[in-house]
Amino acid sequence: MGLEIATTKLEDAANWGRKFSLFTYPFVTACCGMEFMSVAAPKYDIARFGAEFPRFSPRQSDLLMIVGTITERQGPVLKRVYDQMAEPKWVIAFGVCASTGGFYQNYSAMPGADQVIPVDVYIPGCPPRPEQVLDAIILLMKRVQEGRGHSQVRHKREQIARAGG
Amino acid sequence: MAKAVLDALGARFGAAILATSSHHGDDVAIVKRDALADIARFLRDDPAMAFNLPCYCTCVDYLGLDGMAPSAGTVPTGYASRTRGEGAGLPDARFAMIYELRSLVHGHRVRLKVPLMEDDLVVPTLSELWPAFNWLERETYDMYGVSFSGHPDLRRIYMYEEFVGYPLRKDYPKERRQPLVRREWSDE
Repeated sequence: MGLEIATTKLEDAANWGRKFSLFTYPFVTACCGMEFMSVAAPKYDIARFGAEFPRFSPRQSDLLMIVGTITERQGPVLKRVYDQMAEPKWVIAFGVCASTGGFYQNYSAMPGADQVIPVDVYIPGCPPRPEQVLDAIILLMKRVQEGRGHSQVRHKREQIARAGG
Repeated sequence: MAKAVLDALGARFGAAILATSSHHGDDVAIVKRDALADIARFLRDDPAMAFNLPCYCTCVDYLGLDGMAPSAGTVPTGYASRTRGEGAGLPDARFAMIYELRSLVHGHRVRLKVPLMEDDLVVPTLSELWPAFNWLERETYDMYGVSFSGHPDLRRIYMYEEFVGYPLRKDYPKERRQPLVRREWSDE
């Protein structure tokens, strides 16, 4: 019992650290990238939330931002980038194309990036305002703290399964 | 000015030129497929033509329209009604290749249209004459399924190899998707 409380508190402390140091991998494919740059630039300043440092290697990042339309042809690439990221990891679908395919209904556009990988937070908008992005990051930070990110939940589920529960 | 191009084509190739039109300087010649290679070579090499800039080539799918049907004597509908004076052609040609050429020497331009039957979608490649047509013909093959005889590297250029069908044809359903990868939804 005592050990359980200790590990829970340890997890809380780790999550507190994780939520203030989100390292972003920007998977930028389309015009939403301009808004992403705007969020990253000093006016809106994503650095205030500890997510200031885009890492252009999936192995060094824990937040995958899918910024823009995903085509069917890009599906395997996106999956591979996601698989290369170390656990725990989080995914934000930036803009309506990454969330649902947006106004594209045709042979080439994928109807939402969640067809290929799990997504934690969806940001609507075409493109979204920078404030929406910051709102999404705050929402994600809340989830990280509560351990409700998809990879955290998955990890917990695996632990329970391993313990024979 | 560029009407001279159409006149020269008519004088030289005669029956291979099915129709011409020159609407506000927009010169169009509808030509037979079998003469396309010769016409293109003439347009490139003749000093009075000197078409040295291939602007684009693409294809049109007239499915559900009247194709390039003759408009004379009948009420023009579909394609024929929209482009007056270009009616002569193959009556039930479903596709038409379109080549847009421009001469930087003389400053004139011309558009060639080649009607094609659905069961015989072959056209000689022009990528030997203008290398810039190489990728454009690959795109046309990718999107419409027109095959270019003599093309050095006729592969899909935009779509993946696993893709079946030709997405810009009018009978390709817009909802049909051909995913390469999908995830299992049970992992959340």
